[in-house]
Amino acid sequence: MSQKASNSTSSLDKGILNLNFQYSIVPSVKKERRAFIKKISMASLASALGAEIVFAGNMPKGYVPVFLEEQDSLKSMGKDPALKVLNDRPWNVETPIHLLDEKVTPAEKMFVRNNGLIPEKIETSSWTLTIRGESVNQEKSYTLDELKSKFKTHTYQLTLECGGNGRGEFYPPAEGNQWGQGAVSCAQWTGIRLKDLLDDVGIKKDAVYIGYHGADSHLSGDPGKESISRGIPIAKAMQEETLVAFQMNGKDIPLAHGYPLRLVAGGYPASVSGKWLKALSVRNKTHDGSKMESPSYRVPIEPVEPGERTPDENMRIIESMPVKSIITFPKSGAEFPLGRNLEIRGHAWAGEEEVNQVAYSIDFGSTWQSCRLEKPVNRFAWQHFQAQIKFPKKGYYEVWAMATDNKGRSQPMVVPGWNPKGYLNNACHRIAVKVS
Amino acid sequence: MREQDIRKLITAISALGLLMVVMVVAAISFVLLVQYQPETLSRWFSKTKKETTAEVAPVDEDEWTAERIEEVGLVQGEGLQLVLTNCTNCHSAKLVTQNRFTREGWIQVIQWMQDTQGFWDLGPYEEPIVDYLSTHFAPEARGRRMPLEVEWYSLE
Ligand code: HEC
Repeated sequence: MSQKASNSTSSLDKGILNLNFQYSIVPSVKKERRAFIKKISMASLASALGAEIVFAGNMPKGYVPVFLEEQDSLKSMGKDPALKVLNDRPWNVETPIHLLDEKVTPAEKMFVRNNGLIPEKIETSSWTLTIRGESVNQEKSYTLDELKSKFKTHTYQLTLECGGNGRGEFYPPAEGNQWGQGAVSCAQWTGIRLKDLLDDVGIKKDAVYIGYHGADSHLSGDPGKESISRGIPIAKAMQEETLVAFQMNGKDIPLAHGYPLRLVAGGYPASVSGKWLKALSVRNKTHDGSKMESPSYRVPIEPVEPGERTPDENMRIIESMPVKSIITFPKSGAEFPLGRNLEIRGHAWAGEEEVNQVAYSIDFGSTWQSCRLEKPVNRFAWQHFQAQIKFPKKGYYEVWAMATDNKGRSQPMVVPGWNPKGYLNNACHRIAVKVS
Repeated sequence: MREQDIRKLITAISALGLLMVVMVVAAISFVLLVQYQPETLSRWFSKTKKETTAEVAPVDEDEWTAERIEEVGLVQGEGLQLVLTNCTNCHSAKLVTQNRFTREGWIQVIQWMQDTQGFWDLGPYEEPIVDYLSTHFAPEARGRRMPLEVEWYSLE
């Protein structure tokens, strides 16, 4: 422990220091002290850290600075160490595209987008899900056992893509984690239909939206703040594939992905699929939880010039994600001899729609050839494509893939319309190959 | 008896009066000190801060080593200390260093965190923090699609 810790501070001192040090700074503390610091109050924190802890008056109530290890390992989360950590507080981890080759995404290769801190202690025996809000006949709570035994369970493979997947390519740069294209997954989710649950609770005719509430805590440590509380329109809630899930790929949901309970609604931005689910609000208006407000998970209604400030009235909530595809094999950078046929494969999805066609080009879009495309195993599951490519001569090539949905909409080859938070970049994925 | 009592009372009163005078003087000088010499006061109350200025509390050496600073993508420069101490409490520094904005853009992000995420007022430190960020983390012009970055390997 440093000498700071032995320097005690009375409340009078803190008051004075507030005068002079209003904007001063929280000193970092050594690792051993972290666990301890999480538990103590602001007042004792000040004395533990010494006089330099200062602008307590400026800190939000309940805020406890927690100092984290940059080095927290991916392995502790059960992740493949080849995944890319964009941010470790909150956890934001991207999957390199070639690791998404499997038809069903395994837990260790699933991207993580957390908005707050993973709940520390989860007591499954006392865990309840409460359905409340203006539009329920009466509030009702269920234990995990009740949810599992009272309702029929269903399993669907559902595509979950972060609304900000591909953000890193927007210019001027958009705020947030700078995702490449690997913030997408398609795992098998098992749970009960949200529809069945809402039927059991009894909801009023004026219900228009479902908001979720999770057990994760806000980054600031303020217990009065929710890190994220988004949701879905009632029509989406009533779809057969919209689940209150307790399993992923046949096992308990991994902690980073929402154990023990998660709302899962495929085809929408993954942020509507609330993790560590504790409550659902049945609303008679669009849910107004954290990150429902503009500009979060919203895009301009009327397109804007890159970099333009967009007034809130010109922003709409993102619902279905756009058509997209990724080449998962081979990994970009493959070198092989002329004369060898190259097999490519990957997945394509189109939010709430189906993909009708996937084509590839090896001449930067001058000509396109179609790929073999499979049907989805169920609605909102990604589809697999495959092709054999012959190269005419030696040299550098890029293989581009372009999917088209059942409404005739294709992926753009360039980055699509700029928006303030950099959502919905569905530009064609491409890999580099060298024929020698 | 009575005289004794009176004498006692007088002694007590004068002692009390003296104490009050001392307290008033102390209070006045304290107020004056707060008013005109806040630096002195703050230094006095944070005796252990030897090697740093009054504005910036020290960052534990074993917390922010040069390697760690580099690893999270920060760069050395004026204002780094303020960024380390004000921008790494809630989220990883990596969320800061992934982003690129102009001055206005950085101010906007800070404002958004203050409005919605419980971020505190930075007062006089906003200026040097924004200077640091907009100097070292400014947008770099980019095309509608960049050339691919490739690591070549031989396909089995
Ligand atoms: C009181 C807590 C707190 C502090 C201190 C804080 N931030 Fe944040 N910041 C947040 C939260 C919460 C988010 C949202 C994180 C998320 O969505 O994953 C955020 C997000 C961001 C983002 C991404 C913007 C976006 O729209 O997602 C940037 C960039 C950022 N912060 C920079 C900074 C900088 C620079 C500082 C210091 C001047 C700072 N932060 C200090 C709470 C804080």
